[in-house]
Amino acid sequence: MKRNRFGAWLALAIGVIYFFVPLIATFEFSLRLRRGTYSFDAYSIVLGDPQFQATFGYSTIMALATIVVGTLLVVPTAYWIQLRLPRLRPLVEFITLLPLVIPAIVLVFGYLRIYNSSSWLPMTGSVWSTNLLLVFGYVTLALPYMYRAVDTGLRSIDVRSLTEAAESLGAGWPKILFTVILPNIRPAILSGAFLTFAIVIGEFTMASLLNRPAFGPYLQLVGANRAYEPSALAIIAFFITWACMGLIQVFGRGARGSSADTR
Amino acid sequence: MPATLQSAPLSLAARPKLDQNSWAWIGVAPFFAFAAMFLVLPTGLLMIGAFQHADGSFTFDNIIHLFQPSILSSYRISLEISAASALGGAAIGFLLASAVVLGGLPRWLRPTLMTFCGVASNFAGLPLAFAFIATLGRTGLVTLLLVNLFDFNIYSTGFNVLSFWGLTLTYLYFQIPLMVLILTPALDGLKREWREASDNLGGGAWHYWRYIAFPVLWPALLGTSLLLFANSFGAIATAYGLTGSSLNIVTILLFAQIRGDVLHDQNLGFALALGMILITGLSNGAYIWLRGRSERWLR
Repeated sequence: MKRNRFGAWLALAIGVIYFFVPLIATFEFSLRLRRGTYSFDAYSIVLGDPQFQATFGYSTIMALATIVVGTLLVVPTAYWIQLRLPRLRPLVEFITLLPLVIPAIVLVFGYLRIYNSSSWLPMTGSVWSTNLLLVFGYVTLALPYMYRAVDTGLRSIDVRSLTEAAESLGAGWPKILFTVILPNIRPAILSGAFLTFAIVIGEFTMASLLNRPAFGPYLQLVGANRAYEPSALAIIAFFITWACMGLIQVFGRGARGSSADTR
Repeated sequence: MPATLQSAPLSLAARPKLDQNSWAWIGVAPFFAFAAMFLVLPTGLLMIGAFQHADGSFTFDNIIHLFQPSILSSYRISLEISAASALGGAAIGFLLASAVVLGGLPRWLRPTLMTFCGVASNFAGLPLAFAFIATLGRTGLVTLLLVNLFDFNIYSTGFNVLSFWGLTLTYLYFQIPLMVLILTPALDGLKREWREASDNLGGGAWHYWRYIAFPVLWPALLGTSLLLFANSFGAIATAYGLTGSSLNIVTILLFAQIRGDVLHDQNLGFALALGMILITGLSNGAYIWLRGRSERWLR
């Protein structure tokens, strides 16, 4: 039994080292910009870079658009499947898992083939429609996570009774969806949203191949041309990931707590 | 009370009629339209393109041309890196998960580890590449510490963070946590009674693992390894950030092909993509099948 526990501690120690050493090393590296002394110069250079601000802003807007479009697409579908068309559930679940099977680079390759500027639907022909195509691509990438989060949320409430209660009070479909169902699964939508944000904010492949000025291609540019700034960016990206995961935990817990209270 | 009891059967009786209503599918039409336009059609047309000449006529030429040395070697390196990082991630992840679930460690460690795993499994792409350059690059912290403390330069052994092993070590950073996250529920399914029964019959730890735990767990272990495999096979940003285009893996080759038609043959590019879909599709399919098998015992 003693030996057993020693092995467990050893495995944990290896895991902790693997997790923390690269972070410590990255942080140390990011402080080395000024010769001979540690400084936060790399951070002030990065944060003061207009390119950083522009690309980060662009990717933030893309992420928010992805969350809105994804929610509008996934919530009514999952709701309708649960209420009216349970027979289609396996098919819909299969489709939502496809983005995990088809690599993002293959998807965007396909987009470029059928939506290029000389095709029947030239989405890459203008800036706004390319942005739209990128948002749709991101919705596709986030689909597995968004659908699973919303579906879990819908399963935890009594969709049928809520709908019937709302119907008997005279509510129409839009009203049921937006004022009854949506508030009840808000925690689920929020966890899906934060995960989506974490995926989209640094996404490289699609943004780069669609030639959009997003944060991912900016990271690549800095990585190829600078020595210490990339580490500062890695630390910043790490904190964004932490923030998203932390917010998921906060809202996930809030969900369980509040639903237990109301029942 | 009686009123509600009465109304319930009534509405239930009314339901099936509504269900047969052929307009119900309208509700999911937007989803299917979206899936068709941005998931099925783009991929499907690529797959068709893999069997076409530039003029649209049917051919197997593109598939045959995949078997040229430069393309084969890119597939091989990709497969090797994916296999190495999947096996390493599965082994270390399994040890870590079983340490927390079965190892008798303090209880608070488990949720903490899960949170860290959630973060680490999502910390991928270019920032991860930068982190490993800062760690194991030529002037990285670990490289310098090893030189200063032990007078041991890992670069004198031929190691390079911009190479096969560097990329594998980097991928492990998200592979290990992913393994822990997926495997922990499976390990929870190992019932304590099984261990007690084995102990009562005089079995040791070896007997327990060899004849009870492993036979129950292997579909979960193998399935999750396949998932990790597909996960790293389709990855590109980390590799691109780490090695630029110097390491010839298949995603980077495809990236260059999309950017600038480096193969000088559009349809050969489609065949390249088809090969990738086949590999990730097969390993994901096997994962789903094995997950079904593992759920038989682990409930």
